[in-house]
Amino acid sequence: MSRLRELAESGRGPIVTAEAPPFDGGGLGAFAEKIDEVARWADAINATDNTAAHAHASNVAVAIALLRCGAEPIIQLVCRDKNRLALQADIVGAALHGVENLCCLTGDDVTSGDEPEARRVFDLDGPQLVSVASTLASGRYLSGRPLEPAPRLFIGAVENPAAPPFDYRPSRARKKIEAGARFLQLQICYHPDRLEGFVAALRAEGVTETVSLLPTILLARSARSLEFVNGTIAGISVPTETIDRVRRAPDEAGAAYELALEQARFALALPGVRGIHLADFRRDGSLARLCADLGLAPRSEREAHADRSPVTV
Amino acid sequence: VSVVARVEHALKKPLFGCAMCGQCVLHDTGMTCPMTCPKTLRNGPCGGVREDGTCEVRPEMECVWLKAERRSRTLPLLPGAWREHFHELRPPVDNRLEGTSSWVNLLTHRDRARPAGWNGG
Repeated sequence: MSRLRELAESGRGPIVTAEAPPFDGGGLGAFAEKIDEVARWADAINATDNTAAHAHASNVAVAIALLRCGAEPIIQLVCRDKNRLALQADIVGAALHGVENLCCLTGDDVTSGDEPEARRVFDLDGPQLVSVASTLASGRYLSGRPLEPAPRLFIGAVENPAAPPFDYRPSRARKKIEAGARFLQLQICYHPDRLEGFVAALRAEGVTETVSLLPTILLARSARSLEFVNGTIAGISVPTETIDRVRRAPDEAGAAYELALEQARFALALPGVRGIHLADFRRDGSLARLCADLGLAPRSEREAHADRSPVTV
Repeated sequence: VSVVARVEHALKKPLFGCAMCGQCVLHDTGMTCPMTCPKTLRNGPCGGVREDGTCEVRPEMECVWLKAERRSRTLPLLPGAWREHFHELRPPVDNRLEGTSSWVNLLTHRDRARPAGWNGG
């Protein structure tokens, strides 16, 4: 059983997942160095799938590299670049190497990347991909052809509480949950009221008992970096007041860090939230600092203490 | 292309922007064609909807699914069951049906065929 699944099902926490930095080459030694900090703190690490519609080392290759470095991967799968055959092959192929956690998402469009002239695929959509992954886990391909032995999979998805239509977002999350998602990494949300409303709606339906909600916390360096996120990442809006608060602070980098810390504390205090997902744009040790400021020990220590002092969120 | 398909397209193209996927779900999606979504999503809005409700890919238009979700609630004369169907998991598109008449496929139940491993509706 994967560490992520074990944590999710045991109720221990908080769970910490994190994005692996995009990787383009230099060998496994360089890779190990690049993920070192993330691996020390996160329970599981996302092997992203051509993140932001830019080509990088593939999700399957990075997931395997994470395993070889002793880290636990979450293979991210987006619907933009591959049809249903290729997506199933990636899930089954990664499982062959021991990759158990997967995170299914629709994916941003080709036009948001650096090759906007590419053909977009979207043969499946996010909820359908979750359902197809569940089919694989039950020992069949989508065609019905037997898949023996069935791969052991822990299936998750993504939802964006901060994008319109806000009132409908919990229903869309429920669709993915009914299709088999057991954890949801939530898109970074700069509107605390929207995150709170989203989590409360799912909690009211009782689904947070069995589904781990992991809001994303983005470690940005500056007001400019927040402006970049606001202007270029589809579905994320950063209020002007938030950007101004960071820009006007005497220590801009410090204020950007404090913003992330505040968001993480807010998220973890919401009943129904089981952990956080970290995206580190700073790469200056802030990820370790954030975990420490949240009172979290490095992963190896958390695991060593797990049996003796269970902490529930 | 059959005569029926031509008639269907002539009616539904101007009304709904019909792309002749051959497996019409208009009634389940607030009479809003999901194939007019640039990502051809069948199960609701992606996470890229802009703050003002416009599409990630084509900012000049409202998100197709924002419109569909609203209309599935507010459109007069829409039967209650159709409103409920909005929340169901729709299967992947059968690409072989593109260009055929969904009316014919409805009558022959061809549009109800699913891959044997499909779990949803």
